Amino acid sequence: MSRRPGLWRACLGLIRRDLLCVSRHRAEAANPLLFFAMVATIFPIALGPDPKALAAIGPGAIWASALLSTLLSLEGMFRPDLEDGSIEQLLLCPHPLPVLVLAKVCAHWLATGLPLLLLAPLLALQFGLTMESTTTLLLSLVLGTPALSLLGAVGVALTVGLRGAGLLLALLLLPLYVPILIFATGAGGAVQRGLAPGAHLNMLTALLVLALTLAPIAAAAALRVRG
Amino acid sequence: MVHLASPREFYAFSLRWSRRIGFVTAILMLVGLYLGLFVAPPDYQQGDSYRIMFVHVPSAWMSLFVYSILAGAGAVALIWRVKVAEVVAAASAPIGAAFTALALATGSIWGKPMWGTFWVWDARLTSELVLLFLYLGYMALDAAIEDRRTASRAAAILALVGVVDLPIIHYSVEWWNTLHQGPTVTKLGAPSIHPSMLAPLLLMALAFTGYYLCLMLVRARCELLTRERGTAWVQEIAAADGAPHP
Repeated sequence: MSRRPGLWRACLGLIRRDLLCVSRHRAEAANPLLFFAMVATIFPIALGPDPKALAAIGPGAIWASALLSTLLSLEGMFRPDLEDGSIEQLLLCPHPLPVLVLAKVCAHWLATGLPLLLLAPLLALQFGLTMESTTTLLLSLVLGTPALSLLGAVGVALTVGLRGAGLLLALLLLPLYVPILIFATGAGGAVQRGLAPGAHLNMLTALLVLALTLAPIAAAAALRVRG
Repeated sequence: MVHLASPREFYAFSLRWSRRIGFVTAILMLVGLYLGLFVAPPDYQQGDSYRIMFVHVPSAWMSLFVYSILAGAGAVALIWRVKVAEVVAAASAPIGAAFTALALATGSIWGKPMWGTFWVWDARLTSELVLLFLYLGYMALDAAIEDRRTASRAAAILALVGVVDLPIIHYSVEWWNTLHQGPTVTKLGAPSIHPSMLAPLLLMALAFTGYYLCLMLVRARCELLTRERGTAWVQEIAAADGAPHP
């Protein structure tokens, strides 16, 4: 009992372990990022190379690509743990499950969301976005992708281990992602019309705070139901 | 109310009430349709085509009402582990999805002559479409999990997440783009709809609610029999019906 690690150390340990697992499977970890770049490339190919049109759809296209790529990477949040049984240890752990889930989401975002952010300016360049548009896009990604991961955790906890879980996950999550997408791309649209993106970014922050508060609880409940 | 949490009591209740509710619903719907299609005057702008609203508006209301039932029953199922609440939610989902689809279909049929197009990316249409997707996701999750009780409880969590997200979706979409006419019934003060049109509308809303209740009770009864087929009370019923013992 006396040697039990505190909550903080348990969370840090969990994050470190998850990141270590990712670093051992680097090729697998790079796939969502490649997918992100490729989907973002599909848009100009499908819609034509007109620079003006591309600059107009840029933020939306990059956001849609980020959303799809997050969707693909989400399953990795709990599936390996389910397969090797460590999810049961997580459920048995004396620490509050929502906080541990939050740590797992953090690790997932560090492994998938952060690389997206680093790649996004390059894609913004491809779409010919202005400096101001690019900054807003990055801000919206900083605020939006953690919210995607958080809501995603609920979806993964509900579907992990089911047959056809990947597609089911997309069906469950896409409708729930609508507000995030609207405010994130709304910020980009506002900048292009010469307006301040502040209101949209504020709403996006509010969504992030809401997801931060409620999503871990829902995901923990889902893990308990499925466990 | 509490005794309804027992599957056996609920079964008896459902047997008693589904037929009565169905009877009242049929009368309400006939009267409502008569008043709406023949008695109510044509609209001064929209002519007769506004009459589709007597189906469209109640089904749009029901689409939200049934989703709130889904979330409410889901919460009861999660917190108190009431089997009947799980069954009610499972029985309600397809009906709610049908109402949502009906609201979308009638809306776009009405939109063609009025707005000149079957579909616009208007706020309320879009959030109704997202609601349909939420229903379909709920049903997909419910169908994907083998164990019925686990499926119901997992779906209940999804419904609760959805019910938190639904107002956010609604208002975000509204901010995004709106073209739909403003509300005319719930407006504060006097509603801007004439009583001769309001009466059939409210009658139809009642009829739709009754239709949902009746259908839900019948569906829940079937679902309950399937889930409880191993229990003594279901086998008694089966034996009374002359079914061979399993």
